[in-house]
Amino acid sequence: MNFKGKDIISIRDFSKTEINFILKYAKKMIPYAKGEKTTDILHGKVLSSLFFEPSTRTRLSFESAMNRLNGKIIGFADPTATSQKKGESLADTIRMAEAYSDIIVMRHHLEGAARLAAEFSNVPVINAGDGAGRHPTQCFLDLFTILLEKKKIDGQNVILLGDLKYGRTVHSLAYALALYGAELTFVSPKNLQMPKEIVSECKELGANIQSTSKLDKAIRNADVLYVTRIQKERFPDAEEYNQVVGTYQINNELLNNVNENLIIMHPLPRVTEISPEVDQTDFAVYFKQAFNGVPIRMALLSLLTGETL
Amino acid sequence: MKSLKIPLIKNGTVIDHISAGNAVKVIYILQVTQSLESVVSVAMNVKGILGKKDILKIENRELARREVDKIALIAPKATINIIRDYKVIKKHRVKLPDEIIGIAVCPNPTCISNYKEPVESRFIVIDKEIPRIKCYYCERELEEIADKIIS
Ligand SMILES: [Zn+2]
Repeated sequence: MNFKGKDIISIRDFSKTEINFILKYAKKMIPYAKGEKTTDILHGKVLSSLFFEPSTRTRLSFESAMNRLNGKIIGFADPTATSQKKGESLADTIRMAEAYSDIIVMRHHLEGAARLAAEFSNVPVINAGDGAGRHPTQCFLDLFTILLEKKKIDGQNVILLGDLKYGRTVHSLAYALALYGAELTFVSPKNLQMPKEIVSECKELGANIQSTSKLDKAIRNADVLYVTRIQKERFPDAEEYNQVVGTYQINNELLNNVNENLIIMHPLPRVTEISPEVDQTDFAVYFKQAFNGVPIRMALLSLLTGETL
Repeated sequence: MKSLKIPLIKNGTVIDHISAGNAVKVIYILQVTQSLESVVSVAMNVKGILGKKDILKIENRELARREVDKIALIAPKATINIIRDYKVIKKHRVKLPDEIIGIAVCPNPTCISNYKEPVESRFIVIDKEIPRIKCYYCERELEEIADKIIS
């Protein structure tokens, strides 16, 4: 399978076979991501890291990945430093970055920005988040984490918890999990339910789906609990918000009656969704999940530039 | 052609079965008014067997299939009749292409296509029959397509 020159814009652009290939290749990257082995496959290559919207976590993960492969990085982390502030089009900024580098990673506050960038670039573009839109490398690393922890994705009982209405990264994840044949339970407050079109899309892929607002019951049979943040702005008043947040608080008491092999994931940063006491348990994999972003991104940088291990 | 309530034309294109009230939007999409040679006549709210419809006549111009198929967006039942010497020499029903460039505007205010970028709006046709289209950039689906036509 050849990914050289391809873009990574949306997880929906990939078949299951292609995703499998990428996940398998990312496994090979783990010792290099940990610094146990070294490689210089991207020596002489330059990555443009264009963060039109700040995201320290994602940016550091990409920069670590590029450094581990011995490539170089140029770019900006702060949109106030860019000429876009002076009214330059995204298309022009991309044409410039294309001339200076071998691959582009970008995050932008507008939906579809990465898709547009790819049209103007002859070097590969990786979407590191476009507004409320897509964030495919997050989706890859989430799948990768489940695969590493559970050995397979199909048949797993996965709960997606939190804001399922506005969080579009969780829409992509639901799609990808359905593609893999996972069993899905959507747990959310009534006003933040998974949109109908996503539910029917998952059903068309053959997934069994349940929707509920009650976590305590759903969690008993779960293999994976994927927690997302619920934003205060989504609620008419603070009282309602506090009530909902209280119901979905993950703490050790809630975890008394769960499957002993349950894993808890979170894209981070978390606020109050998961109590710190849970960090010490074997259920918590969210910090490993964050690390898994590095081998995944190494794999993508390597495959897209065509310089492989 | 005998059923037509507007005078016959010698040469040109007759677009029949446009959903009533949409003829003006069809003219806009086809941009026929820009070619000054053509006489364009419109009949609106014509009573047909299947209820009211609009009919559009464009004289001395034979519209090519790819030019005209995009009107299926707002007139999915329209038929195209190519007329030569008062005779219908070709007739077909419009069929949406796979992609629609320009014409409509993405309803998503935070979509990159609504900002000053050197691109036209672009939509992927996800259902040719209903019809349903979604933005190529932000993937948002358009509802009430007729209202989103650029004019
Ligand atoms: Zn759009």
